Amino acid sequence: MNLVQFLRDNQAQMLELTLEHLGMVGISMLIAVLIGIPLGILISRHPAWNKPVLGSANVIQTVPSLALFGMLLPVPWIGARAERLAILALTLYALLPLIRNTYAGIKGVDPAVVEAGRGMGMTDRQVLWQLELPLALGVILAGVRVATVISVGLATIAAAVGAGGLGEFIFRGLASVNNQLILAGAIPAALLALLADVSLGWIEKRLTRRTATAAVAVG
Amino acid sequence: MNTSPQNGTAIEFRNVHYRASSGLEVLRGVALTIERGESMILLGRSGSGKTTLLKLVNALFTPSEGQVLVDGRSTTQWDPIALRRGIGYVIQEAGLFPHFSVAQNIGLVPKLLGWPADRTAARVDELLNMVGLDRAIVDRYPRELSGGQRQRVGVARALAADPPILLMDEPFGALDAITRDELQREFRALQDRLQKTVVFVTHDLREGLMLGTRIALLESGELIANLSPQQFESSSDPRVQRYLRAFDGNLQKPRGAE
Repeated sequence: MNLVQFLRDNQAQMLELTLEHLGMVGISMLIAVLIGIPLGILISRHPAWNKPVLGSANVIQTVPSLALFGMLLPVPWIGARAERLAILALTLYALLPLIRNTYAGIKGVDPAVVEAGRGMGMTDRQVLWQLELPLALGVILAGVRVATVISVGLATIAAAVGAGGLGEFIFRGLASVNNQLILAGAIPAALLALLADVSLGWIEKRLTRRTATAAVAVG
Repeated sequence: MNTSPQNGTAIEFRNVHYRASSGLEVLRGVALTIERGESMILLGRSGSGKTTLLKLVNALFTPSEGQVLVDGRSTTQWDPIALRRGIGYVIQEAGLFPHFSVAQNIGLVPKLLGWPADRTAARVDELLNMVGLDRAIVDRYPRELSGGQRQRVGVARALAADPPILLMDEPFGALDAITRDELQREFRALQDRLQKTVVFVTHDLREGLMLGTRIALLESGELIANLSPQQFESSSDPRVQRYLRAFDGNLQKPRGAE
């Protein structure tokens, strides 16, 4: 049985697993963005929080992914459903690039611009929303892109705890020593990662056309 | 702030000390009064405290000791946001917002003050004309402008809400000599017309003599002279003399004209 034929015969399941995969990545990225970007803003405002926040995110990142899925298994409510567990694990992994890039993006805004804004009577909130966040947008979006690409790859491991996704094919293929089956999971997963990379890169470029050379213009 | 008459004191420094967070004493007992309509030049070398003195006026810094009075009220009693919106601020390299168009940059303070859009737009037009810029550039972004154009936009932005006080921190410092000279002359003419209270930081004596009605010389955080340009040029104070010698032949007249 070759790969093309396998895919033809299993079209419906293929589609289902791909959607499951995308669902896990999409939901976990949404949660991670909602937590990570505010945390990045927080540590740019309060340097005392910098070390504990970035340190914790770093520690999570160093836990091997399979181990992290396993460690979350006994957690009440979360461990009860495989999808919840997978989403939490993916969210945790996505935090570091998001927090770090938000922080670095804000810190990288030309201090003269911020000072001019404050000096002309912008409130802290206006400085954040009208100056710092728009000017840091490129760096923040780069963080979102990195986190998403990592997340697409990691989500294959979610199948190990029964959360589904394209990892399903890979693990089944590994168990039955069937290369075709492994490729049927691995190739679409790789394509999804590439697609995410290219499309987010395109959005990044479109949104930051104006500010891309900002540092050169003002500095 | 706009209702005050054209005479009287605009800004007063009363025995102002400022210590940086590092403990360094940047200003040591500065007392200086700036009258309405006056162009006060803060002259001094790097690290003399002139920029710090300027930033005390719009409450970007607060004095460690003493008081800074703007319109007779201590800056610590002002709401800093209201105070700053009533004071124009121009810094070196203009500090223009790179993601704002020329029109948005100039219209910043009017927008913060909640002006209706058509009034802001009319004001932007008026200001472009005032600082000698073509209307055609309103939709451009700062990186698409020359250094001189950017600095003109910076001046226009500071004048937008017609503040009675203008703070300028080496605004023409990064320009080439010819553009700088052009902008200095134009600013001089503008100031003769608008009669703002100007506080102008520079290390360039030539610029100070050209634009100032008074020159305050700072050294190591202390005010060592407060003179009119004529008095400054004829002063026998050795510290003033040293400044004059450094710029000798490079002042009003071209080198070797005598």
